Amino acid sequence: MPVSAVTVPPVTTPALPGRTGRGTELVLLLFALGLAGIAHASVGIGLRGAIDSSTATYVLWLGVLFGGAHLALRRLAPYADPLLLPCVALLNGLGIVLVHRLDIAVADRARQSGAAVPSADAPLQLVWTTIGLVAFVAVLALVRDHARLQRYAYTAAAAGLVALMLPALPGIGATINGARLWVRVGPMTVQPSEVAKVLLLLFFASYLVAKRDVLSLASRRVLGVDLPRARDLGPILVAWAASIAVLVRERDLGSSLLFFGIFVVMLYIATERTSWLLIGMGLFLGSSFVAYQVFGHVQRRVDTWLDPFAYSSDQGYQLVQALFGMGSGGLLGTGLGQGSPNTVPFAKTDFILAALGEELGLAGVMAVLVLFALIVERGLRTALQCRDSFGKLLAGGLSFSLCLQVFVIAGGVLGLIPLTGVTLPWLSYGGSSIVTNYVLVAVLLRISDAVRRPAPAPVSPAAARASLADAPTTVVRR
Amino acid sequence: MNRPLRRVALACLVLFALLLGQANWVQVVKARDYRDDPRNKRVLLRTYDRERGAIIVGTGSSRTAVARSTVTTDALKYLRGYPGGAEYAPVTGFASLVYGFSGVERLENDVLSGEDDRLLVRRLSDYITGRKVAGGSVVLTVDPRAQRAAYQGLQGKVGAVVALDPRTGAVLAMASTPSYDPSVLTSHTPARIRDAYKRLVDDPQDPLVNRGVERTYPPGSTFKLITTAAALAAGYTPERRIPSPTVLDLPGTTSDLGNFGGERCGDGRTTTLADALRISCNTAYGGLGMTLGDTRLRDQAKAFGFDSSDLRVPQRVATSVFPDDLTRAQVAQAAIGQYDVRVTPLQMAMVAAGIANGGELMRPYLIKQVLAPDLSPLSLSAPSVLSRAVSSQVAQALTTMMELVVTRGTGTRARISGVRVAGKTGTAQHQTGQPPHAWFVGFAPADDPKIAVAVLVEDGGNLGSDATGGLLAAPIARAVMQAVLRG
Repeated sequence: MPVSAVTVPPVTTPALPGRTGRGTELVLLLFALGLAGIAHASVGIGLRGAIDSSTATYVLWLGVLFGGAHLALRRLAPYADPLLLPCVALLNGLGIVLVHRLDIAVADRARQSGAAVPSADAPLQLVWTTIGLVAFVAVLALVRDHARLQRYAYTAAAAGLVALMLPALPGIGATINGARLWVRVGPMTVQPSEVAKVLLLLFFASYLVAKRDVLSLASRRVLGVDLPRARDLGPILVAWAASIAVLVRERDLGSSLLFFGIFVVMLYIATERTSWLLIGMGLFLGSSFVAYQVFGHVQRRVDTWLDPFAYSSDQGYQLVQALFGMGSGGLLGTGLGQGSPNTVPFAKTDFILAALGEELGLAGVMAVLVLFALIVERGLRTALQCRDSFGKLLAGGLSFSLCLQVFVIAGGVLGLIPLTGVTLPWLSYGGSSIVTNYVLVAVLLRISDAVRRPAPAPVSPAAARASLADAPTTVVRR
Repeated sequence: MNRPLRRVALACLVLFALLLGQANWVQVVKARDYRDDPRNKRVLLRTYDRERGAIIVGTGSSRTAVARSTVTTDALKYLRGYPGGAEYAPVTGFASLVYGFSGVERLENDVLSGEDDRLLVRRLSDYITGRKVAGGSVVLTVDPRAQRAAYQGLQGKVGAVVALDPRTGAVLAMASTPSYDPSVLTSHTPARIRDAYKRLVDDPQDPLVNRGVERTYPPGSTFKLITTAAALAAGYTPERRIPSPTVLDLPGTTSDLGNFGGERCGDGRTTTLADALRISCNTAYGGLGMTLGDTRLRDQAKAFGFDSSDLRVPQRVATSVFPDDLTRAQVAQAAIGQYDVRVTPLQMAMVAAGIANGGELMRPYLIKQVLAPDLSPLSLSAPSVLSRAVSSQVAQALTTMMELVVTRGTGTRARISGVRVAGKTGTAQHQTGQPPHAWFVGFAPADDPKIAVAVLVEDGGNLGSDATGGLLAAPIARAVMQAVLRG
């Protein structure tokens, strides 16, 4: 039987040498998407007894977004770490589901009390996710080599500082829940400290790489620790002063702690000097003690942390409600849509972990924490394998910043450390946080692409030497 | 830079391990404390999230709910409503958001909320199939016709009616006035609940009190039933003549004991025991009491249920007491139900029921049946004997004497045509200058008792100082007995 003579030329992508891991990524992405879809559907079933009509849109839209991101990675960073994007996708997907679930609770309550039903936040969060992934692809497309980011160090520093100070400016700064972290732009509020985080990290990395030799010079050895020279204390003191300024001007304990912690750890990574850690720790403890004595709001935070139930009806209310919620959730949780996570104030933002803990239980909380740990450890692994100092420091700093941020907010909500208001990356509702963290993971993926890219075709050492001798001087692309 | 990076990686793992550890602490170790903390709103939401079972009265097709939950659009999914209203409030109690539970709502809470072990199997299957867990229902022994007659009879008065089935001990009516509508305490608006509760608590007439079981009163002449029982048990016959002076000197005191309105009993010297009961002769009974002695009176009272501090129906019943360490004068007063003798209306209904049931006193109970959420029966209360109050001969003699009270004595207003009614009136002085409490205790039909009843109207009701048990309480008792016997 004659077959059609027409042969379709196979659509081929240029064959890439070595394992890219993109196939693994696709499978994991589909798994993450499936989980998020099931979660969304079970919210509808839990609350209304039937799958919500928005579930299909949600799954489809997330599919398009992460499918697009995956394709972009195939083209722009084919060797990038295959685990990062699926982990992020799952966190982001779960986050939107939780916000959606809380939207319904808020709307129900408003309807009962006859108040106007506030507009839903979940669709907005989906829009922010879209913007975040556009930024993600843009970073991958524009930054083909992470080393080039070094050029923009001082621009980033300036932009970061401006962003950090913006909320303190009268007129556009907005105080929400007692902290002056927001900037009002029209109807939207932006939290510039989130943006500043990545910008300043970029600056720290390139600055410290440039100055690491000087900063690691030792003056004296005290108790087996090499102390830096007094004149090199400048940068750490500036960073410290800046965090104090953030704390005093904007009452933002979380960001203040975050910036200083990231700087000190990056300084340590860059110089390999333990003394910097000790100095940083000393400054932190000293200023914490002073802040506790001087600032009423810091003192209240600490007192509340030590005994939240003594303040269960005022300053400890939200923490106590969060603990009640998570305790009621127990091992396996009530199931999505079956708990009362809306009794916890700020459940959509800072306290999203409490909502998760109540409805998905310890199992859900542990799963999410392990996802974060995976992202952080994959990032640090990238840093370890990275061949250039700047990439190493940047990847290390970004990963550690993620770890510290998760620790600060999750530890606060779980009552492990005093509560400070920062977002839980990708899970919390909030545009600035989502977009910034997508930029962060895009940079990590860019570096990991460079790290995992196989070396150019192997040549025998002898031939290499011979050819090297003959070869003209060329510019090697780093 | 790899050495510090490795250390940072390790430090990050430690931080995550700390978080995981703390999550386990919060969600496993402390989970139970947090889940059941009274400040945790979920405790309340959980209560209101389930369909609470109904409290039901009546049998067969006339079964009606006097308390039930209806679905709302609130955060609290179910609203507790009381179709039985004030008429049944002393029985049902309330299930309030702010003030907790009372009455059957409290005492049968495990069943109504679905926590009872007998509902365990169903609860598990509900959990597995995802069906909403619902509470079981409670069927009361109350006969709606008796309850209606009792409540209507008490309208405009402060008092209580308790009716029992003498053969089983089942409570047929338990009314108390003034009452209240429990639904004002079960709305979902805490401010309104607090207002309503404050008004009820501040009301000097104590509408929240179930007078049938929670208060004790001087029994007055109804106590003569017990004195008579003690006399009959001691070998007296109804025809035995006993002294009946117009005024009885109380030994060791300067005061005397007279008859109601200063009247004479019989010829003013002696009278038969039966006649003394029929016309409620105080001097005769005072003397009889002194002759019998307080020990016999106390033992007889205890046989009818006095002094039992752990009686529950399931409501805790206040202890009825016959005082200790009496002088002879005090025994004379106690024998006619004065001095420190205190009884609950339920106790007096038990006295009537014990006599009616041939001397065998059945344990009173209010819960007839417990039903699963689908109304299939889970358990049925079995009647049990509380005590042998009097011998059947004494019971028979007492019944005959009590019939005379209704046919030709102080209790004629309890007469029902075509039915033999046995009873005893009481008019209890309790405070100088205050109108007396009016009592009627009785049962019917005397030859085949189906209902025993005790009626108490405080402070002379609407008749003031002219009030007597025969005038005020007997007609109410009559209506309650008639409601059951007609049906």
